[in-house]
Amino acid sequence: MSSRSSSGSGVSQHLTSQILLLLLIILFCVFPFYWMVTTSLKTQILALESPPVWLFEPTFANYTEVLTKDGVSKTLVNSLIVAVSTTILAVLLGCPAAYALARFEFRGKKDLWFWFITNRMISPIVLALPFFLIVRNIGLLDTHLVLILIYLTFNLPIVIWICTDQFRSVPFDLNEAAMLEGASQWRIFRSICLPLAMPGVAVSAIFSFIFSWNELMYALVLTRNNAKTAPAMAVSFMEGYDLPYGKIMATSTLIVIPVIIFALIASKQLVRGLTMGAVK
Amino acid sequence: MASTIVKRSTIAAFIGPAIFALLAIGILPLLYAGWTSLHYFNLTKLKNVEFIGLENYLFVLTDEVFWQAMGRTFKLLVIALPMQIALGLGIALLLHQPGLGFLRTLTRLSLVLPMATTYAVVGLLGQVMFNIKYGVINQLLGFVGFAPINWIGDPTNAFLVIIFWDIWQWTPFVALVLLAGLTTVPMEIEEAAKLETKKWTTVLRYVQLPYLLPGLTAVLILRTADTLKLFDMVFTLTRGGPGSSTELISLMIQRVGFRAFDQGLASAQAIILLIITIILSQLYIRFLYKEVQ
Repeated sequence: MSSRSSSGSGVSQHLTSQILLLLLIILFCVFPFYWMVTTSLKTQILALESPPVWLFEPTFANYTEVLTKDGVSKTLVNSLIVAVSTTILAVLLGCPAAYALARFEFRGKKDLWFWFITNRMISPIVLALPFFLIVRNIGLLDTHLVLILIYLTFNLPIVIWICTDQFRSVPFDLNEAAMLEGASQWRIFRSICLPLAMPGVAVSAIFSFIFSWNELMYALVLTRNNAKTAPAMAVSFMEGYDLPYGKIMATSTLIVIPVIIFALIASKQLVRGLTMGAVK
Repeated sequence: MASTIVKRSTIAAFIGPAIFALLAIGILPLLYAGWTSLHYFNLTKLKNVEFIGLENYLFVLTDEVFWQAMGRTFKLLVIALPMQIALGLGIALLLHQPGLGFLRTLTRLSLVLPMATTYAVVGLLGQVMFNIKYGVINQLLGFVGFAPINWIGDPTNAFLVIIFWDIWQWTPFVALVLLAGLTTVPMEIEEAAKLETKKWTTVLRYVQLPYLLPGLTAVLILRTADTLKLFDMVFTLTRGGPGSSTELISLMIQRVGFRAFDQGLASAQAIILLIITIILSQLYIRFLYKEVQ
């Protein structure tokens, strides 16, 4: 009797420690967010309290100020234009290529795969240097187009990888049946395989959007005022000594919120996307 | 793998545009960087561009600053990655336990937050939270009796802060990858093993580990590549400072190219970095993506 009750309390102790650990993990992940949002709701005087205050009357002044006076809204629009355009372009170019890799037999396929992955590995600084010189010479510095194009260097491989994987999971019988009926490869791709591969296409589009929206280095190097994106804007608050912490955190919150929403939508596919299909 | 033999023109129509795009935006600039790297090419003295052969490369290969930055980058990798794997494995095993469904789902969702956070924002957040005077980290440490620590102004501490944020951002990624691996272990095998032994380490070593290996390999490859690429977070947090204590390889090349304006030297550095990256990914990818073979 006594042994049973002690093992019962052992189980509940075990459960309690698990609950505590899980709460600790949640706290660790969420706390920086909590701090970002609360700092964004502080006045500059409050933000520069030492030690920091935890309870205060929140104000949205930082948000109205960065959006109306400091031009953050324009940079958010720039980020949106760039991220959406590059994503559409990556999907348009990447889907047919992924279909070919999944369905056709041809020489050099292996090398092509390797080349696509290597693009994911290359440090952006390697391309940032020559890209800067080239676009400066042809007068495209500080335009949306430049960012849209250079973001393809990481978006296109992602789309191709995730979609190739997805096309492979579409039953090959469907292709064979359609070919017997005399359908062209393009028809089979458009009307049979693409609709069935839509989940993968959607996931790759979400990834492409997130990566483009989050990108800083290219934006820093290739834009000035006209096409400046939101992360580059947030960085430009960092000059001088009395940093406007509230404004920086308000801008940061505005940048992060759409990404979080997208990431939570795609959370089940996140691992697959980030490992480019290596882990399902 | 089922596949069809089709006409060359059909293949070209499907895959040609993507290849052309990547050639134009990926390879062409690289060739240009190759050309620049063979010249004395300073943005402030564009009249003096002159062919100097391999001089930039010779300089880089013997340049202490370059190899120190490279060393720092790998130091970050070898410190942060094992911690990410250890913590990530712990979290994955915890989430793999039965019961407490709601709390575990909530944990899984909160793990998404760090990974999705804009890297630049992580750095800015680091400045706010680790500030010596107004930062919440020093306040929390103060509760347990620590005197305020100069995090960002001190070379060693600044590097620790970088490690901290790298761990914060990427441990969840490792955890989710390993959790995905754990769920692929067939239920019967795991149950049977748990009846055989009470030690979870034995189950982990002999039953679960084989299923975790593909994920671990992926983590190894991607974390290596991403550390070599790491720029945004460090740039917004420390700009490589104080001194050059947190100047990772990407930051160093960016400084040489865009703040010292020596595009020729920076291009040579970038191309050496590219070669190192390609060798590493060749080695790694052969192990991971077996389909390529």
